[in-house]
Amino acid sequence: MSEILWQILQHVQGYIYPNEVEVNWSVLIALYPYITGLVAGAFIVASLERIFKVEAVKPTYRLALLTALAFLLCAPLPLVAHLGHPERALEIMMTPHLSSAMAGFGFVYAWYLMAVLLIELYFDYRRDIVMWSQEVGGIKGFIYKILTLGDYNISDEAVKADNKIVNIVTVIGLPSAAFLHGYVGFIFGSVKANHWWSSPLMPIIFLFSAMVSGIALVLLIYIASSYIRGVELDRACTDTLANYLLYAYLLDLSLEFMELAHLFYTQEEGIDAIRVLITDKLFWTFIVIQVFLGTLVPIFLLILARTGIFRFNVRKWIYIFVTTLTLIGVFAMRWNVVIGGQLISKTYLGYTTYIMPLFGPESLSLALAIWILPFIILAVLIKLLPPWEHPHEWEKTETE
Amino acid sequence: MVSRRKFLAVIAAVAGFASFKRRVAAQEPVEGYDWNRHKYAFVVDTTRCIGCGRCVRACKIENEVPMKPFYFRTWVERWVWLKDEEGPKVDSPNGGFDGFPPTYDERMISKSYYVPKLCNHCDRPPCVQVCPVGATYKTKDGVVLVDEKYCIGCRYCIQACPYGARYLYPADGPRETRRNTADKCTWCYHRITRGYKPACVEVCPVGARKFGDLMDPEDEVRKIIEERRVQVLKPDMGTLPQVYYIELDSEVR
Ligand code: SF4
Ligand code: SF4
Repeated sequence: MSEILWQILQHVQGYIYPNEVEVNWSVLIALYPYITGLVAGAFIVASLERIFKVEAVKPTYRLALLTALAFLLCAPLPLVAHLGHPERALEIMMTPHLSSAMAGFGFVYAWYLMAVLLIELYFDYRRDIVMWSQEVGGIKGFIYKILTLGDYNISDEAVKADNKIVNIVTVIGLPSAAFLHGYVGFIFGSVKANHWWSSPLMPIIFLFSAMVSGIALVLLIYIASSYIRGVELDRACTDTLANYLLYAYLLDLSLEFMELAHLFYTQEEGIDAIRVLITDKLFWTFIVIQVFLGTLVPIFLLILARTGIFRFNVRKWIYIFVTTLTLIGVFAMRWNVVIGGQLISKTYLGYTTYIMPLFGPESLSLALAIWILPFIILAVLIKLLPPWEHPHEWEKTETE
Repeated sequence: MVSRRKFLAVIAAVAGFASFKRRVAAQEPVEGYDWNRHKYAFVVDTTRCIGCGRCVRACKIENEVPMKPFYFRTWVERWVWLKDEEGPKVDSPNGGFDGFPPTYDERMISKSYYVPKLCNHCDRPPCVQVCPVGATYKTKDGVVLVDEKYCIGCRYCIQACPYGARYLYPADGPRETRRNTADKCTWCYHRITRGYKPACVEVCPVGARKFGDLMDPEDEVRKIIEERRVQVLKPDMGTLPQVYYIELDSEVR
């Protein structure tokens, strides 16, 4: 680490406090809100269908839930890997200091994982799991037997009851998902010492960009998995998700605009430093990637796709392109908040630089590994709990 | 004025590390010490500081702060206002550890001064508020400390301190138990609980740094805060710092 600090010292501009050379929250901490954002966003896609009864997106309901779970399981990894003393990580739950926004993480996380996502998945899949446990043998069958938790009752009544539970959990889950991510935004927004972070809008901005990224992720995984399985895309589903992506984008854009407008209009102390931060230090990641490629271009293309001048085959490619850009753009947003906020000195008189090591702790390779892991987990989950086999089970029993 | 400063700086540089003898092993407060009977405060007289850097050196030795230019419990800044230029020029090469080279043409300087910095031991410390495990805490006598056995190294407190007073003790630092935990000025807690002054105060050749007890009516620091016009850093942050500056320029932050 020290060698990199020597290097960074050469790039320090203006005057910064001597302790500020090191960027303390690294790429891993940028990855953390990115992943929790994807969780919240994917869950919101699933809830769309359950709560708001958006028929069209049904084919992605279970896929979205599994995606949320896969990413949620990985959400604490960047945090723990980043700690100076990872072996003490559990202290945050054993002896939490409750005035700290961060102390709630373990509880919010556990609540969302245990009380929402796992319960919802269990009751949604229960009937299928029971059936699979009877059909399949070997290790897989054994796993299904465990997953039934000993409850083999799949009478109509039981399944109906399952459904009710899922509906209730979804209603609890939606605000929980919003809270999980809004809360991450609060961790940054409440740091008054940092002008680039300190804003009451921060949790809401985080939430809406989470929705954007979550919808994009589910859409992209849906397209990719259909391709892999050799199945036709459900057009209504694809187009509807793309529409929701557009709406989420428009809300997200207006919030971010409001935030910037407020910053520049009120012209509080440090505004000159922030101007330089945006136009110089973060030019590529903020102006080019986040705003232009990650927001304006996708919005433009989504509107274009909506006009209906393209055939579905072309639209499909537009969606692939747009969702990829979105995922990159939202990561850039996290990067600009987390890393960007530390480049600017609390003196407002200077800047440090961030150099990301390729290997070792808090490095690019570790971040990539943590980023790939949820996809592997998702693949396993999909193998174990195929989200497409009986996609409309719960709905059938309701109408029967 | 300038020549007096230079003269003192030379003396101080010569005196260097060697003169700093009364070292106390860094450890817990002594037995019998009652923290209910003290309330400490620190005063910095910016009209006196000569930028010799003895305090920075003394602090690093006393507290086993790594000798690299990224880690400081205390440092000294030079603020220079040049004629016909709008903003101030600020620097702190190696935190002022080696003193300050004469960078500016003296005829162009309209005013200049040195500002020693350290943890402000805020009465409403954001670092204490944000620590998720309570490793950073405020003692009854007004000192903000970090429990190195408890700190998980999340660095939230470093982000929350508006004064850049904290850093992460590096993995290759000399004090093993402190590695990868947050570190900061403790006002030399191991010294003051034994009735000594903090190391930086002790070595300052011009008395620019003063340390005292607000509960002692005869205390110099208490009298200064009561009788003179003093100012704190970034008062708008609402942190209620307990390091008071005499004749601080409003630009300094
Ligand atoms: S100056 Fe910083 S480290 Fe010291 S008490 Fe205040 S917030 Fe905490
Ligand atoms: S780095 Fe240590 S002292 Fe600072 S907030 Fe985290 S646990 Fe607390």
